[in-house]
Amino acid sequence: MLVIECPWCGPRSEEEFTNGGEAHIKRPSKPSALSDEEWADYVFMRKNTKGIFLERWSHSSGCRRWFNAARNTITNEIAAIYHINEKPPKEIS
Amino acid sequence: MKKYSIFSLLRNSINFHQDWQKAWRSPDPKSCYDVIIIGGGGHGLATAYYLAKEHGITNVAVLEKGWLGGGNTGRNTTIIRSNYLWDESAALYEKSLQLFEGLSQDLNYNIMLSQRGVLNLAHNLHDLREINRRVNAIRLNGIDSEFLNVNQIKAFIPIINISRKIRYPILGASLQRRGGVARHDAVAWGFARAGDARGVDIIQNCEVTGIVHEKGRVSGVETTKGFIGAKKLGIVVAGHSTVLAGMAGLRLPIQSYPLQAMVSEPIKPIINCVVMSNAVHCYVSQSDKGELVLGAGIDSYNSYGQRGSLNVIEDQLAALCELFPLFSRLRLIRQWGGIVDTSPDASPIISKTPIDGLYLNCGWGTGGFKATPGSGWVFAHTIATDQPHELNAPFRLERFTSGALIDEHGAAAVAH
Repeated sequence: MLVIECPWCGPRSEEEFTNGGEAHIKRPSKPSALSDEEWADYVFMRKNTKGIFLERWSHSSGCRRWFNAARNTITNEIAAIYHINEKPPKEIS
Repeated sequence: MKKYSIFSLLRNSINFHQDWQKAWRSPDPKSCYDVIIIGGGGHGLATAYYLAKEHGITNVAVLEKGWLGGGNTGRNTTIIRSNYLWDESAALYEKSLQLFEGLSQDLNYNIMLSQRGVLNLAHNLHDLREINRRVNAIRLNGIDSEFLNVNQIKAFIPIINISRKIRYPILGASLQRRGGVARHDAVAWGFARAGDARGVDIIQNCEVTGIVHEKGRVSGVETTKGFIGAKKLGIVVAGHSTVLAGMAGLRLPIQSYPLQAMVSEPIKPIINCVVMSNAVHCYVSQSDKGELVLGAGIDSYNSYGQRGSLNVIEDQLAALCELFPLFSRLRLIRQWGGIVDTSPDASPIISKTPIDGLYLNCGWGTGGFKATPGSGWVFAHTIATDQPHELNAPFRLERFTSGALIDEHGAAAVAH
């Protein structure tokens, strides 16, 4: 079981959190201009990185705030936790 | 290949079992094959077998990075059923169930198929309506399915707790009597042995490290045993599908999650069917060794570590002990995780790809074992003829662009 460090509440059990999938996906700025292929890519295609993966978490049973994490998907080690508006730390990206 | 029979068993028992032939060869890879299948699990081995048997293509290699059936084939809870809601899924899984029914004879290998019945429980009014709808839809597709009320459930499986005072009381169930279990290792080994007998090269401890393609056409794979040429290439690697597809520059709508299962200490026969519950997420059956085989859900986050979180097991065991209070004193003896490849609509992708000669079979998520022979059968057809069989035509990769999804979330009798 993971212990995840919420930026506001500190280390808490994984059960309190909801995983939000891949981070840093941008909503299309001109939705009407997108082709079917581009929509499929935005809606369905996701990175499934084996290694350091940038993802979103919500502390849904706690402060209910969102944040980003960089987690190694082989070891489940969390390498960094950063603000939802921030870019990943340089040593990771 | 020497045929297994009662006489071969007698002959070898007299000889203290010294002369059994190896079940399959372990050849060095040739420089080039007509078809290479990446992934030596049940689906990959079944594909190779049906390529040889149905299409006469025997210059085939199966590449496996570990040992045969050491991935999800050896980690699942061995449940077989075809009680799916949508026509497309029903046709595919029913084809697979029918192949399972004749598989021991076809492969000359006892896969220990036991059609002991699969029960799916309803715990609230919505479940009841959903199960009734599904039973009717399944019967319209010509597949056996029936509804049981609480008293019928109690008669079918006497140890179940039908008290109305528990948190999620049992209100009814659907039953597929032709569903059941099979020995998962035997399915992989049987396909391997029968495929090998028809000329398929099974190459273990050979990890694919790169896919070589030029001008939109595959020409082979880089492996830990060197380059191997291939006219056609099938990727059947479950949890690592995106990694392999990434080697060919493809993006997939697949996420890999750990799925856990466990077994209890062995006890005398006590549960005579498979019991599944969607609402409380628990499934249980008893193996021939006497262990209770228990399945949990997937973790909430994607991962390639073949282990899962404890809270998933806690939830699953709490549900089990409420349904079967007498199991509360049992001890668990093993627990493990496998990496499953989930797709957005909980349906598989069995498809050609934008690259000529490259084919994809993935996205089976938490329910691939039941589809092993059917998956191999349609995938072999797709590779051999370069077009999908009508059974797998709806399961193309392009459905995520066209929007023609086959949404089996929950409708497949158990949450994926």
